[in-house]
Amino acid sequence: MAADTQEASVDSGFGQISRTKDVAFRLLALAATLIGIVSLAALLLNVAVDAVGWLDWGFLTNPPHPNPNNAGFLPAIVGSIAIMIMIALVTFPLGVGAAIYLEEYASDGYLTRFIQLNIANLAGVPSVVYGLLGLGLFVGLFNIGYGSVLAAAFTVSLLILPIVIISAQEAIRSVPDSQRQASYGMGATKWQTIRNVVLPRAMPGIMTGTILALGRAIGETAPLIMIAAPTTVFGVPNSLLSKVSAMPLQIYNWASYPQTEFQYGVVAAGVVTLLVILLTINSVAIIIRNRYQQRT
Amino acid sequence: MSQPDFSHDGIRTARGTAFRYLFMLCALLSILTTVAIVATLLIDAIDFFATVSPVEFLTGTRWSPTNDPVAFGVLPLISGTLIITLGSALVALPIGLLTAIYLSEYASERRRAYLKPALEVLAGVPTVVYGYFALVYVTPALDTILPLSTFNALSASIMVGIMIIPMVSSISEDAMSAVPDSLRQASYGLGATKFTVSTSVVVPAALSGIISSFILALSRAIGETMIVAIAAGQTPRMVDLTDPAGMFLDSIQPMTSAMVQIGTGDIVGQGAAYKSLFAVGLTLFVITFVMNLVSELVASRYREVYR
Repeated sequence: MAADTQEASVDSGFGQISRTKDVAFRLLALAATLIGIVSLAALLLNVAVDAVGWLDWGFLTNPPHPNPNNAGFLPAIVGSIAIMIMIALVTFPLGVGAAIYLEEYASDGYLTRFIQLNIANLAGVPSVVYGLLGLGLFVGLFNIGYGSVLAAAFTVSLLILPIVIISAQEAIRSVPDSQRQASYGMGATKWQTIRNVVLPRAMPGIMTGTILALGRAIGETAPLIMIAAPTTVFGVPNSLLSKVSAMPLQIYNWASYPQTEFQYGVVAAGVVTLLVILLTINSVAIIIRNRYQQRT
Repeated sequence: MSQPDFSHDGIRTARGTAFRYLFMLCALLSILTTVAIVATLLIDAIDFFATVSPVEFLTGTRWSPTNDPVAFGVLPLISGTLIITLGSALVALPIGLLTAIYLSEYASERRRAYLKPALEVLAGVPTVVYGYFALVYVTPALDTILPLSTFNALSASIMVGIMIIPMVSSISEDAMSAVPDSLRQASYGLGATKFTVSTSVVVPAALSGIISSFILALSRAIGETMIVAIAAGQTPRMVDLTDPAGMFLDSIQPMTSAMVQIGTGDIVGQGAAYKSLFAVGLTLFVITFVMNLVSELVASRYREVYR
């Protein structure tokens, strides 16, 4: 439009209208959108460069060591994975169960709205507070051990449960109602409808949401500190009650070492390992989503 | 004429009812979690307040839980939290709002399709990684132009700010997308540019959603733990009102960082320092809970207006 390129001055009640201002604002908004992404990319590039030479087979298979050249990440990697498997076993059934109740059974009454508001609020509770819950409840009251695999898994499970429930609800809600009606029309009961119609259709969405929540769980540090998980362990955990460290905890511990070899070498290798594992988890979630999206 | 066979229905109904209650239990677990959080915090906090009076806790200006003479005044920690929150707000609120405007009003469908997930990545990076970035990359870089301490509020708040950008932008963008197109068209009809439409029509119309996103993001900044624990330092200090900008250059200690310090220390048993964890935790929980609730209330307003 030719008129647009001129400096138009029209009294429209919005004040002076300026094309230059419009373009400037557009560029400013674009810059704002990109600044976070670009900063993160720059930082990631830095850490990847620093990790070169440190991230090797020895780092992935050795226990931690005060000498940076011998320091390894294995107990933390195994600890994180063990905690994550337990979290998956706890949150998946509980989260899906709660979502089924809220979407399929619950009437739209006072209790349901209260539960829904409560879940939204739980998602906003700081993770360090969940750590205190774990400390008081699982370590103190149930006495399952300071910093044990179980205590860590239960604590972080409660933390990500709201996220799992909310994403499972969205997946269940996206199943068309006509399919439920068809199932009822065939004489199926509510439970049969849920098991044979709703859950199979909602499962990819539920899986995607749960896996993304697990990705969040693997990076959680503060709750583990609160339940007194040791920041460094030298052996791989061999039972659910043995003390466990995790990748983010070990990174936190190493970051406090003053030597440059740790700050710009070993920690960088740890950060890259953590991010690669996180990226793998999230890619699996996205692959599941894309594969099933194409089918429907 | 025989009756249809209903003999299995008793079992079917019983099983259906059993599943119904099983699922209900799962949902009620969330309420139980809230009750458990409040109970755990209260039980030990009340214990703590038996030795340290709530007045002393809430008005004391010195925090020294383990070093003699011990003092349990929470104000220095709250002032540390305020500094971080203010700093991250200065980064995240304008950037997040501009991002939301760009995504909602300017970006093409295609560009939005890859910008939005890229922004979500910012919220997905583990906070311990951000803390490490602040300590080993951001602080040395800023140190070349500013007189920074090794541990300082500035780089920690910048990192917290970057982390919460997607919170501001995604919720604000949802609110802006909910603004009816007729309002935009009416404004274009009067000869307005996109800039005028965005700032004078869309933003005011989506204001409650935007404010709700601001409150939620700030609540996240208040509860953020690892970034400040790694990069902001461990020096509980009151805000220096004569030199508030100087606060950013030095080491401070927010509430969450103090909790981590006590948590990693070898405080065995049931001493006052251990109990103080729960008193600080309770303070943090109450502040963030109220903010989340207010955010929810503000957000429910805009939903009513346009749907």
